[in-house]
Amino acid sequence: MISYFTSRFYLKMCILVCLPAILLSSCINDQSSKTYEDAVDIPVNQEIAAELTSPPFVPRAVGKRKAKKLIVDMEIQERKGQMTDGVSYMYWTFNGTVPGSFIRTRVGDEIEFHLKNHPQNQLPHNIDLHAVNGPGGGAVSSLVAPGHETVFSFKVLNPGLYVYHCATAPVGMHIANGMYGLILVEPDGGLERVDKEFYVMQGDFYTKGDYGDPGLQPFDMKKAIEEDADYVVFNGHVGAMVGDNALQVNVGETIRLFVGNAGPNLVSSFHIIGEIMDKVYVEGGTLVNENVQTTLIPAGGAAIIELKINAPGEYLMVDHSIFRAFNKGALAQIEAKGEKNERVYKGKIQEGIYEPEGGAIQEMPISYKEVEASKPPEELTKEQRIGLGKNIYSNTCFACHQPEGQGIPGVFPPLAKADYLNADVNRAINIIMRGKSGEITVNGKNYNSVMSAQSIGNRDIANVLTYIYNSWENNGTEVTEEMVKKVREKK
Amino acid sequence: MVLKQIIFLGSLIITNIAMAQNPEMAFIENGVYTPLYGRDSVQIKVDDFMLDIYPVTNEKYVDFVVKNPKWRKSEVKSIFADNHYLAKWKDDTHLDSEAQKYEPVTNISWFAAKAYCKCQGKRLPTLDEWEYAAMADKTLPDARKKESYNQYILGWYERPKVVHQQVGSTFKNFWGVYDLHGLVWEWTADFNSVMITSESRSGGQNNNLFCSAAAVGATDLMNYAAFMRYAFRSSVKGNYSINNLGFRCAQDIIK
Repeated sequence: MISYFTSRFYLKMCILVCLPAILLSSCINDQSSKTYEDAVDIPVNQEIAAELTSPPFVPRAVGKRKAKKLIVDMEIQERKGQMTDGVSYMYWTFNGTVPGSFIRTRVGDEIEFHLKNHPQNQLPHNIDLHAVNGPGGGAVSSLVAPGHETVFSFKVLNPGLYVYHCATAPVGMHIANGMYGLILVEPDGGLERVDKEFYVMQGDFYTKGDYGDPGLQPFDMKKAIEEDADYVVFNGHVGAMVGDNALQVNVGETIRLFVGNAGPNLVSSFHIIGEIMDKVYVEGGTLVNENVQTTLIPAGGAAIIELKINAPGEYLMVDHSIFRAFNKGALAQIEAKGEKNERVYKGKIQEGIYEPEGGAIQEMPISYKEVEASKPPEELTKEQRIGLGKNIYSNTCFACHQPEGQGIPGVFPPLAKADYLNADVNRAINIIMRGKSGEITVNGKNYNSVMSAQSIGNRDIANVLTYIYNSWENNGTEVTEEMVKKVREKK
Repeated sequence: MVLKQIIFLGSLIITNIAMAQNPEMAFIENGVYTPLYGRDSVQIKVDDFMLDIYPVTNEKYVDFVVKNPKWRKSEVKSIFADNHYLAKWKDDTHLDSEAQKYEPVTNISWFAAKAYCKCQGKRLPTLDEWEYAAMADKTLPDARKKESYNQYILGWYERPKVVHQQVGSTFKNFWGVYDLHGLVWEWTADFNSVMITSESRSGGQNNNLFCSAAAVGATDLMNYAAFMRYAFRSSVKGNYSINNLGFRCAQDIIK
């Protein structure tokens, strides 16, 4: 307000006493737009409470606001949460979420950090913010016992996206249990405006039991030291941004992702299946790379990713160290709504079979009779079918449906003890033969995904289904070639 | 007045008699141990001493404040105890429930714990004494290399909001002492003599501390458990009164 009035005052004076030429040169002298060579010199003029958000959301952009004194209030909570269906974990958190609240600042802001350790907590904690220029990134000043509060202050000088984490001994254990988050320092004038912004952070977890072993799973220090992760997840647990919780965007919107990687051990090969990242602020700093397929995010590092989705549909964010995505949980969804744009993506135009010998792509034969008839008939016993089916399963099915038929919650439906499977054998045959898309309900949970048609013959379908029906407490149906054939001929 | 004198005399007598026979205390035989903060060559000698078998209970602490009004929560000076002092008691001299009687007293400051022990003719154990006695599991005086021992301790450190159990509800160790692990944290006389700076990864004089944690080997888990105790101790001050921090007393053997 003050600068507004002063400039008005000068303006009036100028109009009264000066020539228009002087007006131009001396009167457009707004104090507020002054630039500072050294961020240390940027003055702060007001005190405000920082807006903090839990993932995947981020606070409002700083825009054109001046540097201020920002009060950040955080409570450390040790609390039980869900790692995946049926598996719980004792998380240690900043403000109750993993990752902790997102802090959004601009260069020159002076942060007054209030760190509170809940009285019911068992342990002392502290915080190291990578955005701090000072010993231990604040860790030195912030060790706080249960039931106490510590206050420390720092000025943010370097624009970028930074990780914060607990640095109390043993440091690795505090990070492995979820004590991390991101702090953004925007440049003077703010980042360019975009339509949607999200907060995504990867972390690896080490549990006594293997992936999916039910119950409350304690932290396993030995596995952590050996870097043998059971879970690699985005935003604290498996399926945090999948199904109903998928990130929602519209086709054509500009999207900015603030992506961090807490580790404690693993480096992330961050990739979005089906999209090219238009811009990546490499390692969260100032360097911008363009048209990136996969960007490396170090443990204790971050990246700002900007993109625009051109075609509607589901896009998966994964750690492209790909077993982490499909077997350990490092998978999240972006759901883009909007009009199809065939100039960008046409979808499947035609399906054929490819025969290297023939050199030409041929149409599928209309009748499978010929193909099947050409094979020597052979009666198999149920046991033989199960044995052969198991091989097919491990070659074709298990990447999505998982070794024990457990599926991946929210993404790939389970086959083990699955009501949907046991209810209708012909439907199951049909799905393998012709694929399936759209919403289905399996064991009370909704799945809305796509399974492509599997190009395997009648015998293989019969065998793999017999294996599935005779595993994991399913109903023991034996599927024969005859049954598969009937389904094949129906259409 | 008379009562006070009796207590005073009593405590004088107690301090002058070797308490090897005290049924509430266990005898801990002297020995050497390598503390977390030392190099392998640094060995600490711990003399014979007596240690309370159980942490001090709420019931016993009620007796203490009845006799020593200045340690009641309405009377205590804030430099000696912060405002969480005895937070779970109903009032100055009454507990919230009958069950609390046998639970360890917590929300207790270091000054208060020290005064209590002094009044019994005892003292707080030193950090080395406490760590030395706490190396034991059920069968061994030094079980720190056993994985099960360390897992038990780490498991407890990880669990917040533990409902307080009665004293004696964990295991009896080699020396006949209960509850050193798994019940509450405990004050020691010189709790802050080994500071893990709050920046626990720093070099300099804390280099040894950090290096021992960084070493890969059989001792890692043991160090991690000990690290958490040292970190906890470094985070507190003498007047802090914390929900899961209690104490027990020790005593010299007078030859």
